[in-house]
Order: sequence, then C-alpha cells, then structure tokens
Amino acid sequence: MSKNIYVTGIGIISAIGKNAEETLMSLRNKKSGIGKLHHIKTRHQQNLSVGEVPQTDEELKELCKAFADVIYTRTSLLGMVAVAEAIKSAAIVDVQEYKTGIVSATSVGGMGIAENFFSRYLDVNDNGDFLKNINTIDCSDSTERIADYLGIKDFLSTISTACSSSANSIMYGARLLQHGIVDRVVVGGTDSLSRFTINGFHSLKILDQQPCKPFDLNRNGLNLGEGAGFLVLETEKSLNGKNVLCKLSGYGNSNDAYHQTASSPDGAGAFLAMENAFRRSGLKAEDISYINAHGTGTEVNDLSEGLALERIFNKKLPPVSSTKSFTGHTLAAAGGIEAVLSILSIQNNIIYPNLNFKNQMPELGFSPAVNLDAYYNVKHVLSNSFGFGGNTSSLIFSKVN
Amino acid sequence: MKAFIRGTGIISPQHTFVTTEFLKEIVISDTNFLKCIEPSYKDYLDPVMARRMGRIVKMGIAAATEALKNAKIKMPDAIITGTALGCLGDTEKFLSAIIADDEQFLTPTSFIQSIQNTVSAQIALQLKCMNHNFTFVHKGFSFESALLDALMMLGENDAENILVGGLDEMTEKNLLIYSRLNNWKKENIRSNELFTQKTEGTIAGEGAAFFVLSKNPSSNDYAKLCGIKTIYNPSTPKEINIHIDTLLKENSLSTDDISLILYGMNGDTATDNFYSQIKSQFLPNTPSGSFKHLCGEYQTSGGFAMWMAAMMLKNQMAPAVVMHSSLPVILPIKSVLIYNNYENNHSLMLAEKV
Amino acid sequence: MDEMIEKLKAEIIEQLNLVDINKDDIQADTPLFGTGLGLDSIDSIELSVLLERKYGVKITNSQEGKKVFQSLRTMAEFIMENQKK
Repeated sequence: MSKNIYVTGIGIISAIGKNAEETLMSLRNKKSGIGKLHHIKTRHQQNLSVGEVPQTDEELKELCKAFADVIYTRTSLLGMVAVAEAIKSAAIVDVQEYKTGIVSATSVGGMGIAENFFSRYLDVNDNGDFLKNINTIDCSDSTERIADYLGIKDFLSTISTACSSSANSIMYGARLLQHGIVDRVVVGGTDSLSRFTINGFHSLKILDQQPCKPFDLNRNGLNLGEGAGFLVLETEKSLNGKNVLCKLSGYGNSNDAYHQTASSPDGAGAFLAMENAFRRSGLKAEDISYINAHGTGTEVNDLSEGLALERIFNKKLPPVSSTKSFTGHTLAAAGGIEAVLSILSIQNNIIYPNLNFKNQMPELGFSPAVNLDAYYNVKHVLSNSFGFGGNTSSLIFSKVN
Repeated sequence: MKAFIRGTGIISPQHTFVTTEFLKEIVISDTNFLKCIEPSYKDYLDPVMARRMGRIVKMGIAAATEALKNAKIKMPDAIITGTALGCLGDTEKFLSAIIADDEQFLTPTSFIQSIQNTVSAQIALQLKCMNHNFTFVHKGFSFESALLDALMMLGENDAENILVGGLDEMTEKNLLIYSRLNNWKKENIRSNELFTQKTEGTIAGEGAAFFVLSKNPSSNDYAKLCGIKTIYNPSTPKEINIHIDTLLKENSLSTDDISLILYGMNGDTATDNFYSQIKSQFLPNTPSGSFKHLCGEYQTSGGFAMWMAAMMLKNQMAPAVVMHSSLPVILPIKSVLIYNNYENNHSLMLAEKV
Repeated sequence: MDEMIEKLKAEIIEQLNLVDINKDDIQADTPLFGTGLGLDSIDSIELSVLLERKYGVKITNSQEGKKVFQSLRTMAEFIMENQKK
C-alpha cells in the first residue's frame, strides 16, 4: 500500500457499553453484555440470549442529540452515536475542512420499522404519518442520516455483505484514501436487532439459547447482537501532527465459493482473506500479537475458521479470542465493532478473554485465550469477519511508534 | 483511473439481451411499469441451485454470464455488484411469512436468499470464484460505488478483469408501497410519452446490467470508462456543473469535446427542472438524450445508461429514440457523458471511444 | 404406506421447489441427500419444518434428521411411528 492509512478516531456502541471507555471497562471486568431481549416483542423472546444495547430509541436520540424532525431507525441512531464519538476522538472540529466521506454498512437497514408497518404499507385504505417511514427502509437511509447529522457530504456509500460488511467498508474507505477520492473517511457499520433477523437465524437453527461458546467443543450456535463501530481513517495529508491511534496495515477480501451460508470445511476463503491481508501489510504470521476471531460459536464457522488459522499460522498461533462472547454477533456491524476492539487492544496492550470456553475442539490444536491479559505487548492485531454468501474479510491493525 | 468496457450483459425492459441490435425495436409500456424481458434461464443456471433463486438472482446470473462470455473471460479477478433494494422478492416473502404465520414454521430459504449480497455470492458460487467480492447498497450510488471499486482495483494492479453489475427488481408489493409515496404518475401513461406528459411522478423500471471492465485494451472493447463522480444532495445545478468541469479537466477535455450527454430525467416535473437548468445554463450546445423512457426509474438505472453509452461509442450511432431532437449528434461520437440521479443521489459517468 | 409416500413426494417437490425434477426419478428408496436427489443442509431444515407443520412430528437433532431423511420411505415410517404417540 503506497500511502499509510492511519486510524485517528474510534466510536463504538454495543451491549457492553455506549462508548469506548465503557466498552473497555466491561472487557477488563469480563462483563458480558449477553442477556435477555427487552426492546422487541417476539414469540422467541424466552428462548433467546442476545447482545442488546440497553438504551431505548428515545435514549439513543437523547445521547446523540438527534434532530427532532427526522425519522430515525434504531440502525441510524446506533450509527450516529458511534460516528459522533469517532469524529470527536479524531479531533475533527470542522468536517468540511478536508474532503470527508463516509462508508457505512448495514444488513438490517430500516427493517426494524418496516417489519412493524409492512401490512399497513400494503393497505391503501390505511393512511397516516407512518407512510413517511417508507423512506427509511433501504440500506442507504442510515448512512445518509448519519452523514446529514455530521455534515458529511463529499462521498457516501454503503456496503452489505452480511457479517463481513463493515470490515469491507473499512477496506473500501482505505482504497478511497489511496486514490485521493477523499482526504479522510469515516468507515464502519451499524445494525440493530429486528424480528426479521431473529426469525431468520432462528429458522436456520444456528442460535444458542444460552450465551454462546466460541471455539468450544460443545458450542451450540450464535447469539445475535446489535451496535455500531466506526473508525476515522486519514493519511498524512490531513494529520497536521495530531495523534494517531494505529495504522491499518493490511486488508483482504475473498469468497469461499462453497455454499450460500455454510463455510467450507477447510476454511479456504478465510485462509485467502488472511493471506491477502498479510501480503498487503508486508507482515508475516509470526508478527501478529493477537487474533480477534470471527468466532460466532456456530459448529461450522469455528471449525472452518480454526482450521484456516492453523494453516496460515502454521499451527503456531498467538492468543486468539472471539469477543462475540461479550457483544453477541452484531452482523453487519461486527467488522467495525471488532476493529474498534482490536484498536483498543493495541492502545491498551490488552488481550481479551474468550468467555464460556471449557473444552477444546478435537479437530483443532489450539484453545482460545480464556484469561484477560492486561499487560501484553500488542503490536499487530488480525481481525476476521466472515459472512453469508461466503464473504471472507480480514484486517490487520498495527501499533505506530 | 480508466478501464476498458470489454463485455456487457444486459437484461432490461428493452430487447437488450444477447442481441447485436441496438434499440431497433422499442418496447412501450402503458402500465407505468417497464418490466424486464427475461431470457429462458435454463442455459444459465445450475438447476439444483436455481430452485431456490429469486427472480433478481436469476437475472443477475444470466446477465453476468453473458457479460463474461461477451468479454471472452472465464474467471474475473473480482465480482462487484450494486443493488439498492437487493433481493426484494425474497425479503417480502420472508417478511410476509413472519406476519402470516406469527413467527411459526418459518423456513430459511427465503431468509437466506433475501440477504443483499446473494447475487454476488451466487455468481461466485457458480464460477467457483474466490476473488474479491463486494456488494454496494446505497440507493442511487449502488452501481456507481461498484464501478469506482473496480476502477480503483484495476488502478492498483490488483486485477486485470473485473465483473461489475448494477441491478434492481420491482415487485408488485413494492410498486404499491412506492405509490403511497406518490412516486408514480397518477394516470397510466405510455412510456414513450414520459417526457411530453408534463405531470408529477414517474414510471417504474428495473434491470440487471453487467460489464467486464479491463485494465488493458483488446479488440473486443466497447468503450473506455474514464471517470465517475457521485454527488450527494446537491443544492443547485451549479454544484453539478462544478463536478462536470472537474471530471472533464481530469480527462483533459472541455464541454466542447463532449459528443453527447445522456440525462437521467424521469418525467417528473417536480424534479426534472434540475436537468433543464443544467442543460440551458451550462451545456446548451451539447446534443442530449435520455433513457428512462426505455428502462423506467430505479436506483441502478446507471447500468442501463452505461450500456447505452458503450453501444453508442462502439456502433458510432445515436438512436433517434434516445436523442432530443434539438441538436444533432455529429459523428464521430468521441465521448458520452451521463448525468443521472435517483432522489438526492446524483452521479456523472464519462466514457470515450477506444 | 404407499399413499403416504406419494403424498410426501408431492409435498417435498413443492416445499423444495423441485420443479425440474421428473417425479418418476424419486422412488420410495431414492437417497435424498448426497447422491440421488442431492439435497443439502438447508433442505434438511426445510424438511424438518414440513414434518412439524403438516404432521406435528419433531426432529430433535441432526443425527436423527440424517436417519429420517434418508428416503421417502424412512420419512413415511418416521411420521407413522411418531404420529401415534
């Protein structure tokens, strides 16, 4: 990569905190955010463990001081909270000072509202203000609401590749910087819980009713989560001597091309994504200090990813953990949220534990880290995000001296 | 950043799929909906997989397959698509089932097929293509974001040939939902009268447009894609013109060098005046045409426009059904500028003769 | 039993959208997964839902599922056994 891509700001909201400070505190205290579902009424309520953001929509509006006269989906509000933090943490006072863009990601979009009004939209005799919600259905809405809220105008886009979405936003943003399309870019993703996704994953029978157990022999599936994670990426051009949090030193995207939802048994796509990230970064496997795995807790992903990790690290893995045992699987936001966690790991020299792990998988020669290590020299972090449709993405973040 | 348009595969409301003819026989609709003419999918789809596929997935795979065939490329170095609404049919199906059965006995197929990147994923699966695979879902920027991703990758020496597509489908339910926002004309009109009606509203459309963009030239090329700009929520026509000037300057061109401009006006008097102002204030001497009377209004109509531009440059002709009669096109057609919008997402594309 | 098998055949063709399959290619003992019809994991979920919805019988785990869904005959047998309970 010709220009260095720096991370100058981070913003995050999830089940374990409404900002980076709270998030880090939860991680240090091994306090998971997985629990019961409160904000959505569903038949499956009692049988779910989810990573729900505790704040209601009204509380989120208060938190980010949203405009009063705009209809915001929960997806938008979560994104606004996180992006506002990211912009502030990047010490950006005037968004218009440099050409600034936003590349967001979502899978739910406005479905959280749409699913409650769908029948009414289709009833021509049913009129009312609720019809204005129609404009919030598609995936661009949350990106545009976030952009309008912050005054970002120069470039907007939205990616949706299931669970690798926001990792891909980060890559696309880096490319935009490399080519000078923008001078700085806000990248990441946001997703809220919805009946559509709850029922979708339930129908696939890959939900664990209990808190998930990534990489465990007796893992039973994933817990859905919600939240948003965003970074501000810049190059030398706009830094003006300000503090950088770390560097995005590598990235790679591949496709498993094996099955619509299940990963390949040998994790070929995952391997390629990681290989591409290493190639771009110029780093070798042994340089990686910590792996923030995709680790959803499903039978298939953890095996597939585990085998791919063993192959690329030649069976000599650094500490690896899945933070989905804290946040749940935040779908399109996962890549962004976990990028923020990877960066916090670098900044604080901390390795997160993989909660709920008891028994090693017999197919793998490694176990994830079960202890919090708060004094680890974290230099380079590999973050994986693998989605339906075989979409596999890997990011490498590196400490900057 | 430039690329050669080496292959095309277009499913649209016109006769555009696997044909050497260029808008010879025009399809006219009088239902305010220009619906795609779909091929027989037997030649394009694996029957075991096809049974699950929604309509848009089938359209996407067929168009993508033709684009690759047209370009004589077996394996693209990347697959990048843009779709604003994704797999609408399956989304509606799953949502309807949740409502009808009160969350009971739901089956996963329509949920899986509703995921926005299904088209890119299914193409990759069919080709066993493990390369870069992105899906953009930003309304009127979906296709343009995909094109930009392709241009950037080709510029980085990361790829030689990239499959790029823009597609959206219209469903009965969505036609109804958008009618509640007064998107469509109040009375049914004939699509060829879209710009003479002078009323509010437009007509619906849909399409799947796939291209192979290549780093290096070949004897197969239609045209050269020379640049793209996306403009969010412009407040005045002048803002658009500044971007037109920048795009032209980046290609060492002036407005006099543009052979013709294709405008994405959609017949809605509430919004088309933006185009008329651009035309009269900044490009009064540039021959112009439009395309939404042929493909209808939808978020990824830029794909149809790009195909038209590519065909015009390759065949060196500007069909009368496209062009406004005010200024004749002077041959040779050296460059085509496209200015399009979907709501507050405006975009520019520039293509040149090879 | 034969009647149940024919009924099941029609139901799985509809549920799994096997429109291009010749009905005669699916016999009572034709393997449904792997070779034979070549169904996959998503199809097995679809079939579990079909059984639950239409016949009120539940598959409790994927091991059981593998046994039950071997063929139309094994499916019919499972239904007839478990519907009595």
